[in-house]
Amino acid sequence: MTPSRRVPAARRIRCSRWLVGLTGVACLATVLVPKPATADDEIVLWHAYRGEEAAVLEQLVAEHERETGTEVELLRLPYDAFASKLAAAIPLGEGPDIFIDSHERLGDFRHRGLVAPVGDALGSIKNYPPKVLTAVTGPQGGFWGVPLSLKSVALYVRTDLLDPGEIPSTLEALVALQPTLPEGAYALAYEARGAYAHAAFLGAFGGTMLTPDEQFGFVGPAAERSLEFVQSMIASGAVPGDADGALVTNLFRSGKAATAISGPWLANDLGSEVPYTVVVLPNIAAADGPMRPFLTVEALMLSPTGRTKQHVRALARHLSGQAAAQLRQQRARTISARNDVEPPTNDPVLRAFADQASTAVVMPSARAMRSTWEPANRAIRRVLRGQMSPQVALESARKQFDDVRRPPPPPASPTPWLIALGATLLLGALALVRRARDPDTQAALRASLPAYRYLVHAVFAVSLLVLAPLLVGAATSLFVGRPDTGYFVGLANFYDILTARGGPLLATGSFYIVVLVTLLWTLLNLVLHLAIGVGLGLVLSRPAMRLRGLYRVLLILPWAVPSYVTALAWRGMFHRQFGAVTGLIHQLNAWFGTTLEPIDWFARFSTAFTANVATNVWLGFPFMMVVTLGALTAVPRDALEAAEVDGASRWQRLRFVTLPMIRPALVPAAMLGAIWTFNMFNVVFLVSGGEPDGTTDILVSEAYRWAFTREAQYGYAAAYAVLIFVLLAGLTRLTERVGKGAQL
Amino acid sequence: MTESNARSSSALESILAHAVILLAVGFALYPILWVVSLALSGTSDPSPQVLPLPQEPTLSNLREVAWTSQTVDGAEVWLFGHQLLNSVVVSLATAMVGIAIATPAAYALARFEFVGKSAGLRTLLATQMFPAVASAIPLYILLDALGLLNSRTGLILCYATTTVPFCIFQLRGAFETIPVDLEEAAMVDGATRFGAFVRVVLPAARPAIAVTGLFAFMHAYNEFILAATLLSREDMFTLPVVLQRFIGEYNAQWELFAAGSLIVSIPVMALFYVVQRHLVAGLTAGGVKG
Repeated sequence: MTPSRRVPAARRIRCSRWLVGLTGVACLATVLVPKPATADDEIVLWHAYRGEEAAVLEQLVAEHERETGTEVELLRLPYDAFASKLAAAIPLGEGPDIFIDSHERLGDFRHRGLVAPVGDALGSIKNYPPKVLTAVTGPQGGFWGVPLSLKSVALYVRTDLLDPGEIPSTLEALVALQPTLPEGAYALAYEARGAYAHAAFLGAFGGTMLTPDEQFGFVGPAAERSLEFVQSMIASGAVPGDADGALVTNLFRSGKAATAISGPWLANDLGSEVPYTVVVLPNIAAADGPMRPFLTVEALMLSPTGRTKQHVRALARHLSGQAAAQLRQQRARTISARNDVEPPTNDPVLRAFADQASTAVVMPSARAMRSTWEPANRAIRRVLRGQMSPQVALESARKQFDDVRRPPPPPASPTPWLIALGATLLLGALALVRRARDPDTQAALRASLPAYRYLVHAVFAVSLLVLAPLLVGAATSLFVGRPDTGYFVGLANFYDILTARGGPLLATGSFYIVVLVTLLWTLLNLVLHLAIGVGLGLVLSRPAMRLRGLYRVLLILPWAVPSYVTALAWRGMFHRQFGAVTGLIHQLNAWFGTTLEPIDWFARFSTAFTANVATNVWLGFPFMMVVTLGALTAVPRDALEAAEVDGASRWQRLRFVTLPMIRPALVPAAMLGAIWTFNMFNVVFLVSGGEPDGTTDILVSEAYRWAFTREAQYGYAAAYAVLIFVLLAGLTRLTERVGKGAQL
Repeated sequence: MTESNARSSSALESILAHAVILLAVGFALYPILWVVSLALSGTSDPSPQVLPLPQEPTLSNLREVAWTSQTVDGAEVWLFGHQLLNSVVVSLATAMVGIAIATPAAYALARFEFVGKSAGLRTLLATQMFPAVASAIPLYILLDALGLLNSRTGLILCYATTTVPFCIFQLRGAFETIPVDLEEAAMVDGATRFGAFVRVVLPAARPAIAVTGLFAFMHAYNEFILAATLLSREDMFTLPVVLQRFIGEYNAQWELFAAGSLIVSIPVMALFYVVQRHLVAGLTAGGVKG
């Protein structure tokens, strides 16, 4: 390089300083410049509707805008992100004025301060049946939602398989029709393993999921009899035991199920070619009563800021009015919550859903209801797999429910903590000052200055946007309850986790067992990722390899396609009855005359865990492969050639030249890969879902369950997160000690 | 070893290599083919099939996903195209910002000794260990305070900074594999340290930068929770948010989700095809000679 090139290089340094300065100024500017406020009279409405329901809503809103001149901003959100977005936005005043959700969330929303009473947005209460009004009534009275539409399951019947005039009036008679159906068709399909569908059976036997005093209701003789009844139906072969929602749809649509228990949403998936009708759910003779499914009321809810605005309430009245309800019924085929909108007499499907709504049981909107699902699902699965008697399974479900709803720990005094924190800060500051005065340190700091110039941006960005939120998140582990009314409990959350909340320390789902599962999960994945990824990287980097580019692109596909859908493809392949793995077993049996039995993958820990690992290995190996490919480019060809000339065998060249040279790039990737695997809740959620009985859950999926399905106990979830951090930090230290070279 | 022996052994080896790769390609593709089959199926008759063949093949799912439009100021806008562009722009910007922040830091960590180095490295690693389960709301409050809610800039900054720790580790490893002699030679020739870094080290680390950038891109490209939480306008949404809307409370439109996922992965494959040309062994060797 010639000396003349020095000038631009020096200028670049100055440039980089300018850049740092500019970034700082830009950041300050964004802080100082006031946000453009949205127009005062603009209404923000959030919803998670799809298809025709969304289209009708848009049409109604456009009408209202034309009539009144108010502007409405509609936002359609994914259901999965809906509640968490509301929880983040509404307390800061960034949320909607009005939103649409099921009434069963009202208890939770009230608890978190996300909704307000609707006031005059409801219009006249004479227009709603009392049952619908109870759904949106708070525990201390008052209406918290404006009812729009009703949803419950009913019985879909294929009219080409069953004569609509001769649909049996009892479920027993319906199931008994099995022998008259075509080969391979079920008499009835429904989500037998889910508590939502099971509630209709439970209701027939006189049971409830949640008692009025908010205790677990899915116990006792009614619950046991409902489970025994379902068991016998499945044993008779007339009902598939392990159908999820998508499979129920497919079975019914393809004529492999003569009837199905499902809600109005199934109709949208059926299209016009499938000949079907809908009737009210039959009676259960053994229970001497009708099946009583859960009723959910979709309602307009007002945020605390939205309730104060006159025109927001006017919009609510427009959207819930008679004309709007008629349009919704006509176009989106929803059942109106109003009693002055009758379904047309010539539409048997709508009529059946409306009739069903009148016998259905309003789902409790108490927060405790949300804690019943997980234990109830688990109990149903245990019984249907034949692992436990109904009585034992239900008793253990009640224990789980009580465990989740245990009373929160008493408040602790923060004073000793504040003193300790203050003392630590003071001592730290003193130590810093002393070190800064030390001439050696000063010299070292001066010597470090050039390095710091390269580091400022990273330190600034990471501390602000990564470290700060994490520290605040970690601090929530010392609290209980929602952010504004929660209180300090000290280490009570940690104590609860580490003592398994008073239960046996080594029972399924206790912290220590979950740690073991997580460690096994991480280790297996890491080894397989490395072996497959590095192996493929080495093979692909052979200079003479043909089609290398194509192979590389094909091999990163598992990484490229969104994992949400591929994880579900994997889950589908492991389905006991219709999965591709079962297809392969049938094929093998046909070819070799063997008698291999299809495996129920999610019934046992070992097979469910294998399914999780297989999926995660598949998702993760391309990353290791790409890292290896990148690292291999740094291996000089001369070094390999020199080794070859010296008579090194292929293995020796790999062992002593290639691997040591790619190691600096592989070690951090492997280390971070292991940490990410440790915290990979996606795959566990989507593939096994923790089945069987939560045994395949790892630490982080436990943490997420506490945060999202167990009544938003964020402090408890944060305590899990801190424990995960402590474990991982300890483990990395240990690996550094053991494998000296693995140091970062 | 005679020459013909050597040749036949290398031919055998080549066949073996192809066999291994083809096996891996089969493993990689099989589940994807199920997704393809789902996306192209007009109906799905549940049966334990081994081959992922679509039933009643149709392109209607793809059409339904991709042909969405919105009326803005009286003009019809191709909404899906807009959102695809959002995704690509946000992810490319994430990759660029992430790399720009991480590269100098990684270089300093690879080449300099300074006060606080090991503490800094440990902190970086620690950020990756902490599950984000309780930090979403603090992050939201912070972005609100910075006025970065509901803006693509805010989203890009969040994505970029969360990838920075990984990018730093990855690039630091890459810089360490580059011989120090290269920079020293440049500095002897009169370049400054920074000049040597920009002119010598960065070109030599090109493959690693490409790989790291691809990672940062992917991180942003498939994320939906943060995007759905931070953005509140339909025309700002990235595609994962749009796709996630096919998953409802009671049921999911899997055919549409699958069709959308396939469209979403096309830009990634194109990008990787470009990136992988930089993954040619021996680049550094050229650098030493040149």
